[in-house]
Amino acid sequence: MIVCREVIAFLDDYVAETLDAERRAEFDRHLIVCRSCVAYLESYRETIRMAKAAPPAIEDVPPELITAILATLARNRGEG
Amino acid sequence: MNDATLVAGLRAGDAAAFETLLDRYSARLLRLARRFLDSEEDARDALQDAMVAVFKSIGSFESSSMLSTWLHRIVVNTCLMKLRSKRRRRDEIDIEEYLPRFLEDGHQVEPSEPWSESAESMLERDELRAQVRASIDRLPETHRVVLQLRDIEEMSTEETAEILGITPNAVKIRLHRARQALRALLDEHMKS
Repeated sequence: MIVCREVIAFLDDYVAETLDAERRAEFDRHLIVCRSCVAYLESYRETIRMAKAAPPAIEDVPPELITAILATLARNRGEG
Repeated sequence: MNDATLVAGLRAGDAAAFETLLDRYSARLLRLARRFLDSEEDARDALQDAMVAVFKSIGSFESSSMLSTWLHRIVVNTCLMKLRSKRRRRDEIDIEEYLPRFLEDGHQVEPSEPWSESAESMLERDELRAQVRASIDRLPETHRVVLQLRDIEEMSTEETAEILGITPNAVKIRLHRARQALRALLDEHMKS
């Protein structure tokens, strides 16, 4: 029977579903009896979701920035 | 215009090719810079500096690489240089202190408790979204960058390794540790 230390060490593989079937079954057996690891697993998954869903406040590209970049590149071409 | 034609145009110094490049990639690259840098001004500067670097180094772009990966690498490196020049990592955590600890028998020293709400419902609250961003910012740079590229930008392990110049195994290890530390930082806000 595997212990919490092993489950948490390889939790990324469990979440990514890259463990082989036998290993995954071992993890599943542990998770049936270990509330702490279930809580850890769920909060680990939530952490990934939260990181993904906390975007920068602004998403647009200001047209003046594009204009400024193109002007800088034009100057560089002129110097080249 | 496919990427190969675009690269040929960039190498020839074709102004239209640079417009196409910005049209195709600027939104993604600016979003990336905004994730790395605190201020909007710094993010815009980083994109501009990165585009000049692209212009100057397009001759060394290897056609076997993916253009988007190469562009991401230049933007990431530009952002990291800006961060280092500001020496702003004042409240970076020691990641070891935020990893789970275990007893000799392999059980956790402090058993984990379920979080009271789902990520979806918590993220509807502005202060929690800000808390998530602030917590990501506290991760050490070596780990934060990996989390940003893998989990937020959804790049593959191999692409992330190429951008950062580290092995895929190092990416995998740092990602797991970054997620664990971020989870620990969020834990106190999320427990019932």
